Amino acid sequence: MRRILVPLGIILLWALVALLAPMLPLSPNAIDLPQILASGSPDEWLGYDDLGRPIFDRLLVGARTSFLVAFVVVSVSLIIGSLLGTVGAYVGGWIDLVLVRVIDIFLAFPGILLAIALAGVMGPGIDNVVIALSVVSWVGYARLARAQVLSMKERDHVHAAVAIGTPPPQIIARHLLPLISAPLIVEASFGMANVVIGEAGLSFLGLGVQPPSASWGSMIRDGTRYMLVAPHMVIAPGLALMGVVLAMNVLGDRLRDWLDVKSQTRKTAEGLIR
Amino acid sequence: MFVRFLITRVLTAFAVVLGVVCLVFFLLHLVPGDPVEVMLGESAHPADKEALQRALGLDQPLHVQFGQYLAGLCQFDLGTSLYSKRPIRELLLERLPATVELGVAALLFALLLAVPLGILAAVKKETAWDFGAMGIALFGVSIPNFWMGPMLILVGALWLGWFPVSGRGGVSSLVLPALTLGTALASILPRMIRSTLLEVLNEDFMRTARGKGLPDRTVIVRHGLRNALLPVITLVGLQLGALLSGAVITETVFSWPGIGSLVVEAIHRRDYPVVQAAVLCISTSYVVLNLFTDLAYAWVDPRVRFGARP
Repeated sequence: MRRILVPLGIILLWALVALLAPMLPLSPNAIDLPQILASGSPDEWLGYDDLGRPIFDRLLVGARTSFLVAFVVVSVSLIIGSLLGTVGAYVGGWIDLVLVRVIDIFLAFPGILLAIALAGVMGPGIDNVVIALSVVSWVGYARLARAQVLSMKERDHVHAAVAIGTPPPQIIARHLLPLISAPLIVEASFGMANVVIGEAGLSFLGLGVQPPSASWGSMIRDGTRYMLVAPHMVIAPGLALMGVVLAMNVLGDRLRDWLDVKSQTRKTAEGLIR
Repeated sequence: MFVRFLITRVLTAFAVVLGVVCLVFFLLHLVPGDPVEVMLGESAHPADKEALQRALGLDQPLHVQFGQYLAGLCQFDLGTSLYSKRPIRELLLERLPATVELGVAALLFALLLAVPLGILAAVKKETAWDFGAMGIALFGVSIPNFWMGPMLILVGALWLGWFPVSGRGGVSSLVLPALTLGTALASILPRMIRSTLLEVLNEDFMRTARGKGLPDRTVIVRHGLRNALLPVITLVGLQLGALLSGAVITETVFSWPGIGSLVVEAIHRRDYPVVQAAVLCISTSYVVLNLFTDLAYAWVDPRVRFGARP
């Protein structure tokens, strides 16, 4: 239990910053012309960007962007994916067959490529990022839930529930979902890391949040143009991003050991966008 | 027996490619957002919009468009670029060598780093070596390409001046992009090599080999590694797909003139036929790479060929 506290702490801090950001006295878009590209000082210890905006403030607002996107995408794809996977495996027949084929095709090619293309075609914007990442993220949960339910549905307690006439929705909700939740939680932890990188990656490509809003990805993108004079513009958001992603990967690893989820989940986040 | 396996796998791969074509086509056509509006802006003249719609074939019903697209694909006709007005097939063939070069270099780097790291971690299980190697791996997985790339440029090109900042030309320009692209694979593989090698190390034949009095080195390399690396072939093949999609970001960071940067350029130019074709090209190579992986695996491991799961 103690081993998950550090990564969990980092993630909670991230979530807290994200939720409290609108209430903090931040001025992420305030331009201070004399401070353009200024590096860290005791007053503003992360320095200023190319327009003279404080990087620390932008970093906190960027945390909000990445948290909201990650939270929505993981919730949506977890719910849709596990629902489809569970129903497919439980009902079987042609529904399951179609589901398996669709999953196979989605897994047959690199998901982030599709997300990039979708976000590109829909036009830039944070809503489209959420849609694009959700379209490619649900598959992992569907596959996992399906595999889990297939191995669970022949268990005695499920047969017993069927025998006393429990309706299928109730069997799924009461007797199957609770049993398969552990691996799904582990998967969601890695999935969260993937989506955070995915959002930042799309924003890095200019397909995510639009200026002047801040995202860690777009901050890195802006910074690459001034790397020689102001490397802090790239280093700060990158470290924040890596810290959060590393925490989620470690958390996923430790949760898997702790909940004793052996097979089927990914080893670590294999990267939607790398 | 092998021929039958081969035919089944090739047919399955073909079906998957067809599925991928459908998926890419319909998703890109059904998503909210009107490409014509995005290209011309909301205030464009209706007559202009209609003209462009007709030029793109978007005025036809979706199934007709799809039929035309499939018919074109069968003749390796991927359409024409809206931006450069050139056949997309030419554009792709022009960009392909750069992506292949980068991918192979990244793969070599990953293998050179991952194999020794994985063996070290397995042989010195649960020592500082093991934790160190696994720690490095975890770090590597958590560094996104689009940060790794700029950091390498900062250190290797701007501060030290050892490598060019971007572009393609000679071996020195390949180093930083290959390191960036290969890091992910180099971080995922050691853990897999470690776990497969650990399994093999417990096998009876390993005890026999040791019992014969063979030196440790021979036991691990000749008896352990040869068996442990089999599953790793599959894993490398599967990860090649991740490598291909990682190329989109890496090539953009380094202005590497490959297919990945073509996708991003085409998106920014609203050149949708090129986006669609490039995505299709990358996903098809992914499926084909997976097919070759499967076949290679079956070829080296008779148990797969003859139906028994290893």
